[in-house]
Amino acid sequence: MEYIIIVISAVFVNNIVLAQFLGICPFLGVSNKTETAFGMGASVLFVMTLATIVTYLVQVFVLVPLNLAFLQTISFILIIAALVQMLEIILKKVSPTLYQALGIYLPLITTNCAVMGVAILVIKKDFNLAESVVFAVANAIGFALALVIFSGIREQLALADVPKGMKGIPIALVTAGILALAFMGFAGLV
Amino acid sequence: MNQTNNFTKGFFRENPILVLLLGTCPTLAVTSSAINGLGMGLATTFVLFMSNVFISMIKGFVPDKVRIPAFVVVIASFVTVVDLLMQAYTPALSNQLGIFIPLIVVNCIVLGRAEAFAAKNNILSSAIDGLGMGLGFAMALVILGGIREILGAGSLFGYKFIAESADGILVFILAPGAFITLGFLIAILKKLNKTS
Repeated sequence: MEYIIIVISAVFVNNIVLAQFLGICPFLGVSNKTETAFGMGASVLFVMTLATIVTYLVQVFVLVPLNLAFLQTISFILIIAALVQMLEIILKKVSPTLYQALGIYLPLITTNCAVMGVAILVIKKDFNLAESVVFAVANAIGFALALVIFSGIREQLALADVPKGMKGIPIALVTAGILALAFMGFAGLV
Repeated sequence: MNQTNNFTKGFFRENPILVLLLGTCPTLAVTSSAINGLGMGLATTFVLFMSNVFISMIKGFVPDKVRIPAFVVVIASFVTVVDLLMQAYTPALSNQLGIFIPLIVVNCIVLGRAEAFAAKNNILSSAIDGLGMGLGFAMALVILGGIREILGAGSLFGYKFIAESADGILVFILAPGAFITLGFLIAILKKLNKTS
């Protein structure tokens, strides 16, 4: 039951992009086409889950026992960066098709604050390992969901007659605001 | 390059948020009030200034291949310093800004300036560039936070100027207001930049 609550809360109520403002750069950057939005969503799912597991284990078994919790920021960013690099190399070797699909998004993910954000959040929330994994997966799904919906809207928006000054990023931001407003309707759910 | 120009470019011509659109995550998340925006802006300015100076000092003997990881470690160290200082001296603000303080480390502005400016210029120019860019960032955060606080709560820097019992337009304090306000702000600045 508590896992279901974590999932619903992370995907809908506290959507990582629209309510928590993590990962806005890729949200605005790669949301022009639905296809790329799917690719980015899948890559984030992959990296976020893996990164959360590794950073969680490092925090619990290395940093806390050695009283080095203040090194959290430095170690997490290095772990995530190294993980993304390794993943790129392994994917290239093991599954070229998957690499083709996700490859171009991987370098972008290092600077995606959603990955780092979730890694820090699970520590802040005192989750155990299973809860952390569920939380990471749910947040990644929430990210992908917001990205795919938003890209669908932006594909339509490209055809719309937008006032000259609002073209491009401004109208995209206002659209995201309205989408966030819609997601606020889920607020009473959990 | 002329140093005054170097300092002022961060405010309008190359404002990191309003023109270059870097670092949007903390921008949207922490600007529910002007004071939060100011706190975040100053924390980022400190990191930007210190990392620019430090990176400009070490640029000579860091091999090109491991440049980015080295920069990230420098930035992460200063972020940790800011994080711990804020927890000690401004616990309330630190609580409000939450995970966005450690997340300064993935703020593209900081790494962007390190890579684009500090790695190529001398210490003085890098310091001035970091200060200018940081204050430009802080300025944009305060403007955005100010607008949202005025519309959403009817106050500015915590000073309330509408009746105590009256409410503002709540949506501007909440998540959707952040997106919408920033959208219009960028549109206005685009127009101003074009006419001037």
